[in-house]
Amino acid sequence: MDPMMPPPVRRIVVDREPYVAPPSAGPPSNGTASAPLLASHLRAERATVPAIERMRLESVWLAYGENWVVRDVTLPVRQGEVLALIGASGSGKTTLLRSLNRLTEVTSGAARSGRITLDDTDIHELEVNELRRRVSMVFQQPNPFPMSIYDNVAYALAEQAPPRGGRRRRRTPELEAAAAEALRRAGLYDEVADDLERSALRLSGGQQQRLCIARALAAGPEVLLLDEPCSALDPISTAIIEDLIVGLRETVAIVIVTHNLQQAFRVADHVGFMHLGELVEYGPSAQIFDRPVEQRTRDYVSGAFG
Amino acid sequence: MAATEILTGSHPTPVRPPRASTASWPLADRIAYGLCWAIGIALCVVTAWIVLYMLIKGAGQLRPSLFTESPAPSTNQSQSGGFRDPLIGTLILAAVGTVIAAPIGVATAAWLSEYARPAGLARAVESAVEMIAGAPSIVLAIFGLLIFSQSYFGFLSQTAANGAVIGQSFLVAGAIMSLLAIPLIVSSTREALAQLPDRLREASWALGKTRATTIRHVLLPAIRPSIAGGIVLGMGRIIGDTAIVVILLGPAFKNEPVGNLPLLGTLRGTGSTLTSFVYNNSPAGEGNAPQKAYAAAFVLMLVVLLLNWLVTRLTGERPQRRRWLPGFGRLTTWTR
Amino acid sequence: MPAGDHTAPRGRTGASSDRRAELTLGALSFALLVLIGLMLVTVAINAWPSFSANGLSWFGSGGNVTTQFLAMHSGKALPGHSLLYFRAWPLIWGTLITTVGAVVLALVISIFAAVFMVEFAPARVQRVLEPTVRLLAGVPSVVYGLVGILAIAPFIEGLITNSRKRSVFYVVQLSGLNLTTATLILTLMIVPIMVAITANALSAVPVSWREGSAALGVNRWRTIRRVSLRTARPAIAAATVLATARALGEAIMLAMVAGGPFAPNPLDGLTFLVEPVQPLGATIVHEFGGVSNKSVLNTIYAISAVLLVSAMFLSLAGWAAKQSMRRYGIRA
Repeated sequence: MDPMMPPPVRRIVVDREPYVAPPSAGPPSNGTASAPLLASHLRAERATVPAIERMRLESVWLAYGENWVVRDVTLPVRQGEVLALIGASGSGKTTLLRSLNRLTEVTSGAARSGRITLDDTDIHELEVNELRRRVSMVFQQPNPFPMSIYDNVAYALAEQAPPRGGRRRRRTPELEAAAAEALRRAGLYDEVADDLERSALRLSGGQQQRLCIARALAAGPEVLLLDEPCSALDPISTAIIEDLIVGLRETVAIVIVTHNLQQAFRVADHVGFMHLGELVEYGPSAQIFDRPVEQRTRDYVSGAFG
Repeated sequence: MAATEILTGSHPTPVRPPRASTASWPLADRIAYGLCWAIGIALCVVTAWIVLYMLIKGAGQLRPSLFTESPAPSTNQSQSGGFRDPLIGTLILAAVGTVIAAPIGVATAAWLSEYARPAGLARAVESAVEMIAGAPSIVLAIFGLLIFSQSYFGFLSQTAANGAVIGQSFLVAGAIMSLLAIPLIVSSTREALAQLPDRLREASWALGKTRATTIRHVLLPAIRPSIAGGIVLGMGRIIGDTAIVVILLGPAFKNEPVGNLPLLGTLRGTGSTLTSFVYNNSPAGEGNAPQKAYAAAFVLMLVVLLLNWLVTRLTGERPQRRRWLPGFGRLTTWTR
Repeated sequence: MPAGDHTAPRGRTGASSDRRAELTLGALSFALLVLIGLMLVTVAINAWPSFSANGLSWFGSGGNVTTQFLAMHSGKALPGHSLLYFRAWPLIWGTLITTVGAVVLALVISIFAAVFMVEFAPARVQRVLEPTVRLLAGVPSVVYGLVGILAIAPFIEGLITNSRKRSVFYVVQLSGLNLTTATLILTLMIVPIMVAITANALSAVPVSWREGSAALGVNRWRTIRRVSLRTARPAIAAATVLATARALGEAIMLAMVAGGPFAPNPLDGLTFLVEPVQPLGATIVHEFGGVSNKSVLNTIYAISAVLLVSAMFLSLAGWAAKQSMRRYGIRA
């Protein structure tokens, strides 16, 4: 082929039938207007685990100043399952999450009404720091402290450890064991075990987020709150963390807020859909994604808005 | 759940969260918390006291005649004379010092930033600038005293009858004062130049302009606010310094010109500034008019306020990188 | 390596003017360097006679600084010694205790005050306090000296009982110009700068760290101590070095409030706190009028040399502190 000749012009065939991709095999439509958005075969088969109710929200209203951000939400949080809160921006799901460990109190002008209980104790009667040790949170942006990996993971524990001989020791056998255990549960131990004194800021984004999860797990919480933990991460790290979350649900009650519908689909057992502060629908994920009861849920899940 | 009912209907009255209490904290933490509050309140009280004290003592003494009259010897010091001469002296000194410091400072900064060859020389110059930044002003003053009383510098001040050079004048003091301002100007300019993106320089070079032209017509105009900010900082340091004035400007209260030429005579003559006026009128100096000292000190503080405000206006408030001057040196940038 | 490796392509026509400009700017910078070098050489040359005449005992104690200066002025050397006889220990000791005392006091105060300002103070208080502290950081030292000599000194003097004055009368006169006044005013002078720098560094700590620590159930003070203050540590170190340099070089203000050359003796008990003191810088201020006298000139330059060398050491320390700021990539 002479390199100086221009490439051949393609002939456009106009009298042939257009090619349409055949629809993938899925569950038969049950008569609803739109076909299910997400095919069920994408969900991995999961063994069901007995669920113990850990926290309960009853008629919770939350306001910042004069604006009601969360209106009349009633939800259970169970150990043994992953609860996903989905909804568009501004639906109040993050505020609801933060109220579970009373992080909303940090903002001035916050007000609440309703009842939130942890193991049948109203969380507002618990001492706030003790509550936060039992209900831990992982944030959207990984935020490891500017310390070594070990110091990060042992942070909460070190602050609680009783002073020994008048001085708080940094590395005690108990602390080291607890830190190693937390790192294992977060799936990070093998990658960092060779040097725990490294600065935590040198880890990659996904590793940092897993470090934050390890840090949250170190104190042995009963509930783990995750605020869009993978939104700043690449797909591979996201997949690792999602597997982690599913694995952790047996020992910790997990609440995850996500604006990524596919992620909710992959990890959640129960889903709460929030819109403009209201809990529009709550139910098992199969119901929310395949057979939503409310029209608004159907619209959101099928992508009509969001 | 109909949306409209909830929006307009009744909703439960909200409960504000209780104030964070420290009751549950360990004792050591509570002590620390208490200390924070105690010292914090003490800080508030002390700063308020200082500000009010100066306000009352100083502003209470202010009269228009203070600004218009020269210091006059008299037995009733609290009523006679003013500080016109020291005020003018401050302005003259700041002007002289800045006029000398600005070109040298900007030139040095430009050379360090854009040329810096050979590398050893550049490092030496950097170290020299840092050294003056850290040197006590009294040491600079003493150095100036020796140098400028040499006969070949006699033209900068006056020569006494027996041939000894006095070595004290506005020019002399201004020259040494410029050493105070140069590090501030150099670091302001260097930082600003370092923040300019390289593509600015590359664009100019691509048009065929030499480096010198680039500096003069592209880079320096771009950082004018920072240069101005650095100059104002330097001015602030000059105005606030007393040691150099006391040593190099003579013990007089009034500005005594030398010779007959109007401007040059004043510059070659001795005089006083607000700072030396305050010093000399305090019990530590000759005069004994604390009232005038307070008034002058108050005016000094006003000038500092004005300069502070000028700096923030010029450089723009950047919360991450505030400058805590004028008055003394700042954290200079080490580029190594 | 100095910044500025901006290599420009050289056109033929521009090369010479560029070279000229480079030489001009370089010459100016070189002139500055020469000037500084000249200063160092001048100080060294004029300080040397005093050091060589006294040897290392220059730094020691012996006799009275006042009589030593008097001897130099009168031209009549003290018996058994040269005209340059000088023992600077009272001055050095005075400098040490005032500077170290002021810096230690200021460090403790400013850390707590900065934490208060950034974390605990109500918003209204914060809005007023912050610019006020910045204003105070810029106030000329002579104003502090004025406040010291007219307000603080009489107050402290009032606290000295007559019996105490009588007890040391044969050695030294006690007045309001003493160690405590000097240290207090010096502290007052450096606290605003340290508070300002520390508060700046504390407020630069990312909210995500503080929030993360709170979410882990660590109480507020612990969070401040283990996260915020630790992050601000390099800035605090740099602020301390800066404040020490300022305290060391302070001459005029100390000349106003310090008193006379005397080495306060800690073994004197409480009297130690009100004994007069005269740091090195203040000595220069008091004695510079006599520089026409060669011995006085040499002695003053020797004192200046000590101050200069200390300032250089502090600059180095400051540079080292700045280097450690880069460890975790934190800019304060």
